[in-house]
Amino acid sequence: MKSLEELKAIKAKMQDKVNLRTSSAQTRVVVGMATCGIAAGARPVLAAFVEGINEAGLSDNVIVTQTGCIGICQYEPVVEIFNGEDKVTYVKMTADRAKEVIEKHIKGGKVVTEYTIGEATK
Amino acid sequence: MDELSLYVLDITMNSVRAGADTIGITLDEAGKWLDFSVSDNGCGMTEEQVKRLSDPFFTTRKTRKVGLGIPFLTMLAEMTGGFVRITSVHESVSDDHGTTTYARFGRNHIDFIPLGDMVETVLTLIQGSPDINFTYTHKTESGTVSLSCEELRAILEDVPLNEPEVLAWIRENLREQYAALASESNR
Repeated sequence: MKSLEELKAIKAKMQDKVNLRTSSAQTRVVVGMATCGIAAGARPVLAAFVEGINEAGLSDNVIVTQTGCIGICQYEPVVEIFNGEDKVTYVKMTADRAKEVIEKHIKGGKVVTEYTIGEATK
Repeated sequence: MDELSLYVLDITMNSVRAGADTIGITLDEAGKWLDFSVSDNGCGMTEEQVKRLSDPFFTTRKTRKVGLGIPFLTMLAEMTGGFVRITSVHESVSDDHGTTTYARFGRNHIDFIPLGDMVETVLTLIQGSPDINFTYTHKTESGTVSLSCEELRAILEDVPLNEPEVLAWIRENLREQYAALASESNR
């Protein structure tokens, strides 16, 4: 069983890193998690971003958060990625697309155009 | 939505948006019923708001004109011979404010959908609101699975509950609790 001792060990390891992290995060991944998002499959998309970013060792620079309905329900699951002044809106996301976006966009700096809202509304 | 755990997630999001800092989620599977309740100490609703909850064209949000969370849940519960009951005390009425949503589903009914992955629902909630004290209790015929964010926070202190490694620990812990129940019921 995952013991409380293990949790204590995680705490000991993390406590110094945490304060540093929130101030240095440069990229924000925002997943829509209202009824429309949940019904369209946002839960596994969020999990894919949280796990994928951690596995890629990007947790110091990227934070993953949730938001409510942003009004484009027909395109859910919607994920917005903020970097400085820039915002990219990805639509109809899946866990697999999330992995691809982490790899190409967040790590590689190249927007995955085919999943963006601009492409979907053409 | 094809699993009940997504409805639980959706309903609990209402409590999050109501500004609650304590939210209790309980599931109780016994005999022919699955009961779940979500209880919060958020801002609550006025009598007028509670009355209009089953109206899909009632919503407090501004980004769209429909609110389908409660109508969906009610439809699903009633299809299986169950019901949804919502009680609420608005913050203007009492300091002891908040909302409780209680839903009952007929487990053996043909329209009953599987519970699905409650672990991912709980993780999604904690990831989005690491400062809320969620308590999760799932009673089944072979035992109980439970989690208290307050207890975890007592250990973690200033380390947030939505640190990826903490979330991974919570996921494993809950999965192991469920696995222990499954082996118990196979005995």
